[in-house]
Amino acid sequence: MDENESHTEHHPFDITRRTVIETGTTALLLSALPRGALAAGAVDDNGPPQPPAKVELQINGRSHSLTLDPRTTLLDALREHLALTGSKKGCDHGQCGACTVLIEGRRINCCLTLAVMHDGESITTIEGLGEGDNLHPLQTAFVEHDGFQCGYCTSGQICSAVGMLAESRSGMPSYVTANLTQPAAELTDMEIRERMSGNICRCAAYPNIVAAIKQAAGLPT
Amino acid sequence: MKAFTYQRADTTARAAAAAVKPGTKIIAGGTNLLDLMKLQVETPSALIDINRLPLDKIEDTSDGGLRVGALVRNSDLAADSRVRQRYGVLSRALLAGASAQLRNKATTGGNLLQRTRCYYFYDITKPCNKRSPGSGCAALAGFNRIHAILGGSDHCIATHPSDMAVAMRALDAKVETVNPEGEARVIPIAEFHRLPGKTPEIETSLKSGEIITAVTLPPPPPGVQVYRKVRDRASYAFALVSVAAIVDSAQGKIRSARFAFGGLAQKPWRVPQAEQKLAGTPANTASFNTAANAVLEGARGYGGNDFKIPLTRRTLHGVLAETTRT
Repeated sequence: MDENESHTEHHPFDITRRTVIETGTTALLLSALPRGALAAGAVDDNGPPQPPAKVELQINGRSHSLTLDPRTTLLDALREHLALTGSKKGCDHGQCGACTVLIEGRRINCCLTLAVMHDGESITTIEGLGEGDNLHPLQTAFVEHDGFQCGYCTSGQICSAVGMLAESRSGMPSYVTANLTQPAAELTDMEIRERMSGNICRCAAYPNIVAAIKQAAGLPT
Repeated sequence: MKAFTYQRADTTARAAAAAVKPGTKIIAGGTNLLDLMKLQVETPSALIDINRLPLDKIEDTSDGGLRVGALVRNSDLAADSRVRQRYGVLSRALLAGASAQLRNKATTGGNLLQRTRCYYFYDITKPCNKRSPGSGCAALAGFNRIHAILGGSDHCIATHPSDMAVAMRALDAKVETVNPEGEARVIPIAEFHRLPGKTPEIETSLKSGEIITAVTLPPPPPGVQVYRKVRDRASYAFALVSVAAIVDSAQGKIRSARFAFGGLAQKPWRVPQAEQKLAGTPANTASFNTAANAVLEGARGYGGNDFKIPLTRRTLHGVLAETTRT
């Protein structure tokens, strides 16, 4: 299944050669379960489900109509209902940043928001940043600077960095900005580290992540 | 998460009317509420989404202050040029809290209403009088490194986690609300949060269905504004101790001083007598000690958090030295 394909609501676990190769028997086992069981897994069912809610999401420039249990987080909607698995579930509590996406251009943790709260809104995930081999400048920079080791946090790091650079261009200060009244703080290593502190990398690729962000921002690395 | 119904509010009045129903919760940024719902610390049967109500403006007030809508995001409030120029302590406190992603979602009203990060409050297998009244407090004799040294009780020693509220306490902010009958009320921030006493489950003076609509800031008081946060890592961690200070001094003499503390109690902690003791005194160690003694009157450690008593003293010293440096 092509992740960039336009869908209206489709089955979250359609099996293709690619998903079988990537996920092995897990996907096959899950595909044997009824639809309701899959949805329940994503929301940790407990008690009778409430009537589903309709939501229209603009994801990476394409419109998706979904009918969801209101408990479905935006992260689970992306991963379980739209097969956009680039956004990762790390802690599922807003502590790690692996699920960072951009809503109307602003970075957020999509594990801590409900899909139904974003009806009509425009969402950009890691899948929407580059196109095929034509990578986003931050993706290129992460490759060139080895800004990862295991890669689990990387899509969150890159989406977060896109949002961070936009914030910086708009003059957003940070906790380490010495003078809050200056129009825009220079992106020093300390500024980048503070502004990216919501993204944890347990492989500790931080020096390379900082270097990649500096390259993408056009700063000397 | 327990199942719930979801509804988007189209007016503040309707949101307030709906919020009166037992089991109903208002959701705005959701960064704390959904976290707690996933752990079943919060189990609402209905959510009212207020995100699209027109409460997202920052406006000048006629007296030279600011009125901040309840839905203004933490990042937008921190970045507002008026806040950065006139209320630097508030901008800095907001930027000290959480992460950029969370600040982009979290709201002014929701920040005031966020719950404690006490480990036992978060763990539904443990006793907690705040989560489950009458079940006991596991923190009193448990791991209590992050807990209160002031204003606690035998029922609860949780702390309020907000940085923003600490700065607002130093600025004498006021919380504006509306109730289901449509009546507006103004609550001074000093009276907004409550100490635990025997009812730690009651955390604010809000009544059933009452919704925060705005926070107003009076004109900024004279002086240098500083927010200093001491924590276990340099960023993205809750305060062990934090101080919001506004100090007006000249030639080594303090004219007036205000300081509010985070991480010490279930509400931003401010001791007017301590501030009065500093007014008119020379900016030196003896004066700072006198002020710290007054702040820490009645302070009590529970083992793991004993270090907060000297840490509070030192942090206040550091902040007063910084703000009175000539």
